Amino acid sequence: MTRVNVLLLCVLVVCALSLVTSRHQARRLTVELEREQARARQFDVEYGQLSLEQSTWGMPARVEKVARESLKMQLPAASRVEVVETANGK
Amino acid sequence: MRTPPARKHVPPPAELPRVRALLVFGAVGLLLVVLLGRSLWLQWMDNDFLQSQGAARFSRAIEVPAHRGRIVDRFGDALAISTPVKSLWIFRDKIAATPEQLRNLARVLETTPQQLSTRIKGEGEFAFVARQLAPETAERALALGIQGLNEQNEYRRYYPGGEVTAQVIGFTGDKDAGQEGIELAQQAWLGGTPGSRRVIINRRGDIVEDVAAIHAPQAGRDLALSVDSRLQYLAFRELQAAVERNKAKAGGLVVIDAKSGEILALANWPTYNPNRRDKVARDKMRNRALTDTFEPGSTMKPFTIAAALEAGKIRPDSVIHTEAGELTIGKQTIHDAHRAGPLTVEQVIQKSSNVGAAKIALSLPSETLWRMFSEAGFGTLPATGFPGEVAGRLRPPATWKPIEQATMSYGHGLSVNLVQLARAYTIFADDGELKPVALFKTEGAVAGRPVVSVKTARAVRHMLELATLPGGTAPQAQVAGYRVAGKTGTARKIEGREYTRKYVASFVGMAPVSNPRLIVAVMIDEPTGGDYYGGSVAGPVFSSVMGAALRMLGVPTDAPVDNVVLPPPDAIVQEET
Repeated sequence: MTRVNVLLLCVLVVCALSLVTSRHQARRLTVELEREQARARQFDVEYGQLSLEQSTWGMPARVEKVARESLKMQLPAASRVEVVETANGK
Repeated sequence: MRTPPARKHVPPPAELPRVRALLVFGAVGLLLVVLLGRSLWLQWMDNDFLQSQGAARFSRAIEVPAHRGRIVDRFGDALAISTPVKSLWIFRDKIAATPEQLRNLARVLETTPQQLSTRIKGEGEFAFVARQLAPETAERALALGIQGLNEQNEYRRYYPGGEVTAQVIGFTGDKDAGQEGIELAQQAWLGGTPGSRRVIINRRGDIVEDVAAIHAPQAGRDLALSVDSRLQYLAFRELQAAVERNKAKAGGLVVIDAKSGEILALANWPTYNPNRRDKVARDKMRNRALTDTFEPGSTMKPFTIAAALEAGKIRPDSVIHTEAGELTIGKQTIHDAHRAGPLTVEQVIQKSSNVGAAKIALSLPSETLWRMFSEAGFGTLPATGFPGEVAGRLRPPATWKPIEQATMSYGHGLSVNLVQLARAYTIFADDGELKPVALFKTEGAVAGRPVVSVKTARAVRHMLELATLPGGTAPQAQVAGYRVAGKTGTARKIEGREYTRKYVASFVGMAPVSNPRLIVAVMIDEPTGGDYYGGSVAGPVFSSVMGAALRMLGVPTDAPVDNVVLPPPDAIVQEET
């Protein structure tokens, strides 16, 4: 009888300790998850800022200005355009 | 037994008095009972209070932000986008900053210490120190460690297209809620609902346990418009140039995909920058192409002709006597801008004869003409989903007097908006089908509603092509490499009940004629640069927008590149209305 009791006591202690550890683990992982989620949000924000930047730099108004002013490009006159037919007529 | 005295020995302790033992036992027992009682009390009786106190210290409801969806063009390029910003605020009686800190704060916020202290010392309990800062700037400001300075997370909407797309997109106001344009109309789709959840934090402020989600956040959804930002810019640039060249009051330009009815570009002038709109007049925010109407003038004539062709009253080569350019109905006389003598129906469109159109209209019952106009979408909302779009005015035929029927045949006595007008021309571009117009991206071909027969539609399209050739009213609308078809409009503006000497010059056309892909409608309001004819004011705008747009979209040419033949200026047919 005593043996069984001692055994059960040991099991109980082990269980209690594992509960404590798993609880601790859970909290640690939550903190980690939270940190990663914050990072994900941060990336979201950054993505938004970058796509904003991309469309601002890529606006046709700016592209045209750069092409005309810094690259000295110009549209060819109609007389200088040749229409080429491809083999399949498209 | 006695111990020998020689050996020094501690006597064994006498037995403790029983009373003392009991006393100690009792005291310890009592303490135990008190402790036990207290713990029972705490565990069961006073539990709620303690739980709530514990929760107050370690459990928090935190807000989970949900940001507003983006508005993108048909290729996914952002036209409106929200990014997080921070505002700094204070309670005026709680702020404690040293002059040194204030100077530093002013430097971070790029303002002067004087301005900053007036803002801090003002009236009221609560004040914003700075609004909508970049997150990094706000962090640097908070790092100064000023007591009582707090931050607040907000979103700010940016419009990369600026003034080019301003009237279509609209803008958002406080709390990122739509206030104008698409932002307003699609608030439910774009707007997110922030959620919240309950968590447990430890004493360092880290979240250690997720207890429950109170509301799941609902992020706003992205919205794809039918607009092509390259065409939009092109349309805007050409419109702006034309308004300035002609010293006009305002202007509008619409590009529609003839196959799907999608609006590819919708430009307005005057405009404003939605990113900086502190002192913008309401007037500039209007999307005139949808919310304003005007009397279209001659751009209505093709519909009159189509109605008569459908009714079998005329054929394209029937001859109409234009009575030396004057026709008197009752007490009023209508005029042509030039005398032409007898004209075929084709020439009535080509040379834009008012008398010719009026005579054709008077040969029809008013219901027939009204039904044609109505089925072409005039007098009904264009249903783009844009807030504030108008239907224009088309009176019921029972109230038409003969003179009104005559003037309506060439676009006076009714009003339309520019999008309606462009859309109505899908009838001629799509072999008789009226396409629904759309501001949002649609996939594939769209079924239209047949309004006139294929034969009528093609006949009118041919007449419209003649109008852009030498001998027509709009040779300036020609495009190198493509056959174009279109109609000019030069309408006098009505103010009160009188027609004034102010004009609306317009042009609506399509290309390539062999298989129309695009419809472009241009409207220039009150040109005062000397010229006011639709052909010379709006025609060149049509030509440059249409030409560049077709090249951009890679539409195969259907004419040689040297097809543009401009007659000498004095030979160009000018027309009024």
